[in-house]
Amino acid sequence: MLEVSSLKKVYRSGAREVEALRDLTFTVDSGELVCLVGPSGCGKTTLLRCIAGLLEPTGGQVRLDGREVSGPPPGLAMVFQEYGRSLFPWMSVRDNVELPLKQKKITRDRRKTLVEQALDAVGLAGTESAYPWQLSGGMQQRVAIARAVAYEPSTLLMDEPFAAVDAQTRADLEDLVRALWQRLEVTVLFITHDIDEAVYLGQRVVMLSSSPTVVQDEITVDLPSTRDQLHTRADPRFTELRTHVYEQIQAAKRGLQLGGAGASS
Amino acid sequence: MKRVAYVLGLPVVLFAAWYLLSAGSESFYAPPLSTILESFGKTWTLDRLGTDVVPSLLRLVAGYALAAVIGVAVGVTIGLNRRVRATVEPVLEFFRAIPPPVLVPVIMLFAGIGNGMKIIVIVFGCVWPVLLNTVEGVRAVDSVQIDTAKAYGISGPARLGRVILPAASPQIAAGLRQALSIAIILMVISEMFAASNGLGFTIVQFQRSFAIPEMWSGIILLGLLGFGLSLLFRLAEGRALRWYHGLRDAQRRS
Repeated sequence: MLEVSSLKKVYRSGAREVEALRDLTFTVDSGELVCLVGPSGCGKTTLLRCIAGLLEPTGGQVRLDGREVSGPPPGLAMVFQEYGRSLFPWMSVRDNVELPLKQKKITRDRRKTLVEQALDAVGLAGTESAYPWQLSGGMQQRVAIARAVAYEPSTLLMDEPFAAVDAQTRADLEDLVRALWQRLEVTVLFITHDIDEAVYLGQRVVMLSSSPTVVQDEITVDLPSTRDQLHTRADPRFTELRTHVYEQIQAAKRGLQLGGAGASS
Repeated sequence: MKRVAYVLGLPVVLFAAWYLLSAGSESFYAPPLSTILESFGKTWTLDRLGTDVVPSLLRLVAGYALAAVIGVAVGVTIGLNRRVRATVEPVLEFFRAIPPPVLVPVIMLFAGIGNGMKIIVIVFGCVWPVLLNTVEGVRAVDSVQIDTAKAYGISGPARLGRVILPAASPQIAAGLRQALSIAIILMVISEMFAASNGLGFTIVQFQRSFAIPEMWSGIILLGLLGFGLSLLFRLAEGRALRWYHGLRDAQRRS
């Protein structure tokens, strides 16, 4: 379970202050898949880095499985948007997936099993000895997902993971994430700027305002739990939900101008 | 086959030109290449290779290896620590600007004229390109790679050994490549000042005793040595940085 309460982050450089996050509160229950959407520049990256323990918040706190996050928490795995920069190009696919496990002091046999299972789960069995850059973009992101899965996290954080892959690959990867989430019963926080993606994937969608960020709105996605690209996206309820999210994001964008003027005064 | 032809083409042409142009040379200081080559075989016997070339090479290897270790170790320390960097960098620039040959007499005062002095001279000259490139390489490690390492709990020695050093390795290799040619130069120069053996010493001896073709043959040998070493370096680099060249090719194609 992930709890974010009154999270605030102010960047200071000299006399200038930029308030990135104002007051963010939301929770993701254990085993839930929540999508976070917001207008561009809404402080998603800042929020994510705070949750992952890579950045210290100015105020408020993040709690993961009941413990306050003060550094990278052990039960959390992360999939970055920039797969090309997040995978280590000097290691084979196998070594990339295995390296975090070595740090967890898992035995060699167990590591081998975990790596194999994870690569198998993302449909990449047989590419173990390739270098990541020998694979296509979509496959590289699958390696990054496999690395996260093999880590056996309680919570999976995904930062716009499919923003840089083509539309067809993206649809495949979305289904992959849904399938993995259902199978592994892991908590997933999925950050995206794509409204359709958020509604298609999530059980809930949390909408963020523009910076300085607060929670704009929150909806429960009451679509059937088995979803597929064809029927779910054609469902009238899907259209209603995405319209609602779209309107909220537009409202948040209009707020951007007001909020922006307020922040600089 | 074609690549070999490209590599060897120009040297062959230059040698042929030298051979033909110097063929009838009457000049004492620039004898015909045929004479030089003749003396090459006579001068660089196995015996002499053992007494002069091997000690030179050993000093070169020792100095170069020491410079590499020191350069990488200090470079990583400076590169990872902003405060150390701010304090140390101006001083580094100062030391780097001193031409190492100038220090030979000074180092001689402290370290005598033995192997120690020559190795120190080589280290002092070679360490800078390695060090400065390591600093740059470590500083330039992709922030996403560092974040990934942190997020997955890869910390301490593992982060250094498995993430930071490999990420900086292309730049470190560039420093090592520069250092190699400096090492060869300093090897020769250190031997010219005060020595009883070595390649530099022998060449100066020949020149002083007016054994001009032998002197020229020594210079040719030095050239061959430098070429051989850089070839070795490239092979080693190509092997160690196979991922980097592959990655660059992949990026260029896309």
